[in-house]
Amino acid sequence: MNGRRAFSELVPAKDSYTRVILSGAATSRSEVAAESKDPYFTRNASKDSPVPRGFLLLLLCLALLAAAAYAQGGGELRFCLRNEPKTFDPLLVDDDSSLSIRYLTGGVLVRANRKTQQLEPELAESWRLSKDGKQITFKLRHGVLFSDGTPFSADDVAYTMQRLMDPNLHSSTGDAFRSGTGAVTTLKLGPDQITVIFPAPIVELDALFDQVAIMSAHSPKKEGAVLGPFLVAEYKAGSSVLLKRNPNYWKKDAHGHRLPYLDSIHLDIQPNRDVEMLRFKRGELDLINVLDSDYFDKLASTSPQLVHDAGASLDADFLWFNQVASAPIPPYKRAWFRSTNFRRAVSEAINRADLSRIVYNGHAQPAVGPVSPANKFWFNSRLHPEAHNPDAALKRLQADGFHLQDGTLKDKDGNAVEFSIVTNASSKPRERMAVLMQEDLGKIGIKVNVVTLDFPSLLERISQKFNYEAAILGFRNVDLDPSGQMNIWLSSAENHAWNPQQKSPETAWEAEIDKLMRAQASASDPKKRKQSFDRVQEIVYEQAPFIYLVNQDALSAVSTSVEGANPVILHPQTFWNAERLTLNANTRASR
Amino acid sequence: MNAARKLACVVLLAVCAVSLAADWLAPSGYAKQFREVPSSPPSRQHLLGTDEIGRDRFARVLYGTRISLVLAPAAALVSTLLAALVGGLAGYLGGIWLRIATSFTDLFLSLPWLFLLIAVRALLPLNVSPLSSVLITFFILGLLGWAASARVLSASADSLRNSDFVLQAQASGLHGPRLFFVHVLPNLKPILYAQFWISIPVFILSEANLGILGLGVAEPLPSWGSLLRELEGLVSFREEPWRLVPLVLLIVVLTSFQLVLSNNEEVTA
Repeated sequence: MNGRRAFSELVPAKDSYTRVILSGAATSRSEVAAESKDPYFTRNASKDSPVPRGFLLLLLCLALLAAAAYAQGGGELRFCLRNEPKTFDPLLVDDDSSLSIRYLTGGVLVRANRKTQQLEPELAESWRLSKDGKQITFKLRHGVLFSDGTPFSADDVAYTMQRLMDPNLHSSTGDAFRSGTGAVTTLKLGPDQITVIFPAPIVELDALFDQVAIMSAHSPKKEGAVLGPFLVAEYKAGSSVLLKRNPNYWKKDAHGHRLPYLDSIHLDIQPNRDVEMLRFKRGELDLINVLDSDYFDKLASTSPQLVHDAGASLDADFLWFNQVASAPIPPYKRAWFRSTNFRRAVSEAINRADLSRIVYNGHAQPAVGPVSPANKFWFNSRLHPEAHNPDAALKRLQADGFHLQDGTLKDKDGNAVEFSIVTNASSKPRERMAVLMQEDLGKIGIKVNVVTLDFPSLLERISQKFNYEAAILGFRNVDLDPSGQMNIWLSSAENHAWNPQQKSPETAWEAEIDKLMRAQASASDPKKRKQSFDRVQEIVYEQAPFIYLVNQDALSAVSTSVEGANPVILHPQTFWNAERLTLNANTRASR
Repeated sequence: MNAARKLACVVLLAVCAVSLAADWLAPSGYAKQFREVPSSPPSRQHLLGTDEIGRDRFARVLYGTRISLVLAPAAALVSTLLAALVGGLAGYLGGIWLRIATSFTDLFLSLPWLFLLIAVRALLPLNVSPLSSVLITFFILGLLGWAASARVLSASADSLRNSDFVLQAQASGLHGPRLFFVHVLPNLKPILYAQFWISIPVFILSEANLGILGLGVAEPLPSWGSLLRELEGLVSFREEPWRLVPLVLLIVVLTSFQLVLSNNEEVTA
């Protein structure tokens, strides 16, 4: 998660956890305080009551202790992971489930606040970036212990960085730190101060440390010793993961109470969304982190207080045409797909408002480009979603020699325009979008065949054999900074889906994108970077190599038993403030 | 013919008749999108409401039923013919041919057919019309579904080969294809019929399985599989019960087939 400047454009809301404390602890605390200051109460107690003053003081102390216990919360939060976590090693995380566990158990030097989208100090009290962008110096928090009691020091940061950058580890987290040739080194300036030195500048270097959970250099428990609010206490393969409160967690709330409030988190491994929903409705689960729009509406119709629509997320679905020169498709079709007018016409013929309204029940926004409007800083606000305009689409096509003949669009050589759209069979929304587009494009005489394939077959076709014509897929964006999209936009990149791994850019606009992406990645001035990436967004809009369809909303469900939840658009949407979540008294009592 | 079988036959005929009359009963068609009323409840315009993208569910059920009921027998015919060819001939020839055919059939039966179907489907060309895709889907089902029938037929043909009337025909100088087509094949007919009828519900279910996985008939054509896929998000039976119509129809048709077949099997035995 990058883009410190981007975060600053969001208006910081009042922290949710402040409200948790006020509603949880303060109720009883303020009552006690009020009672103790009440002159009538004091007078009665001291003069008229037959009960000795010492006993009353004892009662008062007990009440205070009870209030403190209440403030601590406790109880077990329950929710589901959609898949088995592939690893508990925080440096090898590459899947959603492991990412969630790392977020809950890992201690990081710097944390991007998921609500304000601003960087906040965690294990590092402060940090300083060098002007050349190659070095970062952390001043570490003193007196912090790992969950097994091992003290935290600069050694652990050095060990973590050394392991993270080990090429034999193949850490995808580490890939983000690789810049230029040469080794990453660390320089310990003292037990609580360390400098990490990179061979080449890295943009938004500090924000990258949000993903690096510090590991202990000395603990025999290795990844079992953690610095986060929870630790993995039990793992039943295929069934569940139990996280328990880290007794040595360093963070305290504003009243000095040690966090987290919860005793434990029980994560059931449940890929079936129907079962997840059923269990949530029965009260067996406390939250659903990512909710489909169908389920959202069903739940909203009966329990509107449980569902949360945090607005457009960073994720987008898009359509693209195969432009690979060696692809086994007829040359005349490749010529259509390489025509900017053809792609823009298809884009104009698609009714994105209907896609949002029908496929996502209104819980999506027509997409503009590679950056969601939710990404306030990097989004190019001069761009707007392509308007649905079949007439304009036909005009564009006519400019390229296409013409309508008996309701069928034909190219200048008389070939009827027909192509197939492939998508993954497991995604009903994408299949529905394809069917809607099938009708939209039918109105301008284009015949579309919708083909759903199992995901491995689909990936093989689009990334190895290039045996397809058009495809609908989506990228999950977890990174606000455009540097994370280098593997998509560079013409030499593997994920440059429409025509990957080009030896040199095949078109002038791809060459310009390459230049701009490299410029934004090497510049340190956020304004210059923004200018470069704004232009990239404009080129993508004009050339439409990806025809962006919709940005889905971040939908979630949280039980009323959970206090302090404040769902956001960034992962992990509902439990980003897990250390400050509490369960209400009834739920705690029933568990 | 007992009452249950009669009723089953009537039900099957009625379902077939109604599905064949889809053009008159549901003039809006299965593909037309009423985008202003997606996921709507039953109404006078849409007797079973509309699906998630506003298509008339009644029309889709009728056309889907037609596709499943017309093409499942076609797939059953393909598989039965293949079974007759492989199993019947192997049983008639006997010896090493029977052993090879039996081993090959056993190997085919041991393959996970659903994965095989998915793999074969993934290899097909993409740019085919929905109608071609539905024909291809059922043809593949037919091509891959012959093994169980072939095993039964080879056993029957093997026993026929050593029967008195075949030996007598051979002693009279009848050999080769003529012996097979004149004496053996006619005696395999009851088994072929039984295997044909048994295969139909199997292929209906196979297509439904593929459809539920989203790998069946291509959109916008409906089939029972794609209609059943709509039930994916249904949490309670009381919630939108009209969406259960394809499921009820599938159960009714399969049960009817079972009733008709159980009687057939008794007759065959």
